[in-house]
Amino acid sequence: MFCEKAIEIIRELHRMGDGQLPAFNEDGIRQVLEEMKALYEQNQSDVNEAKSEGKSELIPTIKFRHCCLLRNQRCIAAYLYDRLLRIRTLRWEYGSVLPTNIRFHMCAEELEWFNQYKKSLATFMRSLGGEEGLDITQDMKPPKSLYIEVRCLKDHGEFEIDDGTIILLKKNSQHFLPRWKCEQLIRQGVLEHIMS
Amino acid sequence: MSDTLSDDASGGDDGQEDVMTPAELIGKLEEAWLNEKFSPELLENKSEMGECVMEQLTHMEANLQRVRRGDVKASVHRMEIDRIRFVLSSYLRSRLQKIEKFFPHVLEKEKSRVEGDPSFLSPEEFAFAKEYLANTETYLKAVALKHMPPNLQTVDMLKAVPEPCLDSFVFLRVRERQENILVEPETDDQREYVVDLDVDSQHLMRYRAIAPLVSSGAVQLI
Repeated sequence: MFCEKAIEIIRELHRMGDGQLPAFNEDGIRQVLEEMKALYEQNQSDVNEAKSEGKSELIPTIKFRHCCLLRNQRCIAAYLYDRLLRIRTLRWEYGSVLPTNIRFHMCAEELEWFNQYKKSLATFMRSLGGEEGLDITQDMKPPKSLYIEVRCLKDHGEFEIDDGTIILLKKNSQHFLPRWKCEQLIRQGVLEHIMS
Repeated sequence: MSDTLSDDASGGDDGQEDVMTPAELIGKLEEAWLNEKFSPELLENKSEMGECVMEQLTHMEANLQRVRRGDVKASVHRMEIDRIRFVLSSYLRSRLQKIEKFFPHVLEKEKSRVEGDPSFLSPEEFAFAKEYLANTETYLKAVALKHMPPNLQTVDMLKAVPEPCLDSFVFLRVRERQENILVEPETDDQREYVVDLDVDSQHLMRYRAIAPLVSSGAVQLI
């Protein structure tokens, strides 16, 4: 049956649940594109035949194939666009550098899109307010307290806080830090917020 | 909240606006933030207000530098700065999210805008939306569309990307009394369904019915 492969790749994406990025299904896309090519060629020859020999009984088949073509196109676009939205979310979660295991799941064009998106977003944020701009990927949650207690989950090296003090983020050490300085590190999984 | 701000940064707002105290400015920001957060569509941009708030923040930061370390007052002000920055970031963020979600419609609206009317997008947001559209189109083309049959190589973004749902319901509080608001504009019933909105009353209504009131500031989304 036509369009089955297209539905399959969408299902695959859907099964992964929110925000997760499965490996780019290049093979699936290729198969759908091949099916489209076959459908289109059949249609072309049938259209010619219908025109030259006046075979009007071919028209419903042509229409049916055309619907399949449209559906395939739509499915592919939906698949790709949904992946883009997931990748976009990753930019907000991980910052501008993605972990390697995620990059591994993206195709070259997706990486290109990500870089462009990153650039647009950076330009936008730089243009806000004064010279330095405003990083709106920070401050994701309303601030409750100024300092929070955090535990280091992995070695991160030295880390400078506002007043110039440098602290060493070592695995399993605990610190009392300004909340807005560690937000991103928490999201990256370097620090863990200790709730008492 | 507004107290600490006004004595911290009095006289810091000699902007283009006539006269607005920092406290009023923050009030305006909070209004705009809630409206933007709860309305399904992108509202008018208030970039001037955003700039003023940024200016305030820098000003307050500078004042903080002068305060002795370990002063209790300093941490109160620090907290205040954090809060304002959160509101501003969250406001800009929800705008950007809507731009990303509805980019073809947002750009279409901008294109059909009459010369002289206020724009819904700030110049920066407009640039961002255009880049986003171009980037996404290039991507789709490169990965799939150019491999498709010749008559299927374009996707109409306006049709493909969903429009904002103006019929979704919103909570609102009334700030100025309104009479004869049409709740069900086009029903087959002979009688239209009309309500009056009293000051400070709260309602749950369809966004479409009160959209003009949100932009005029007569109601506040909550």
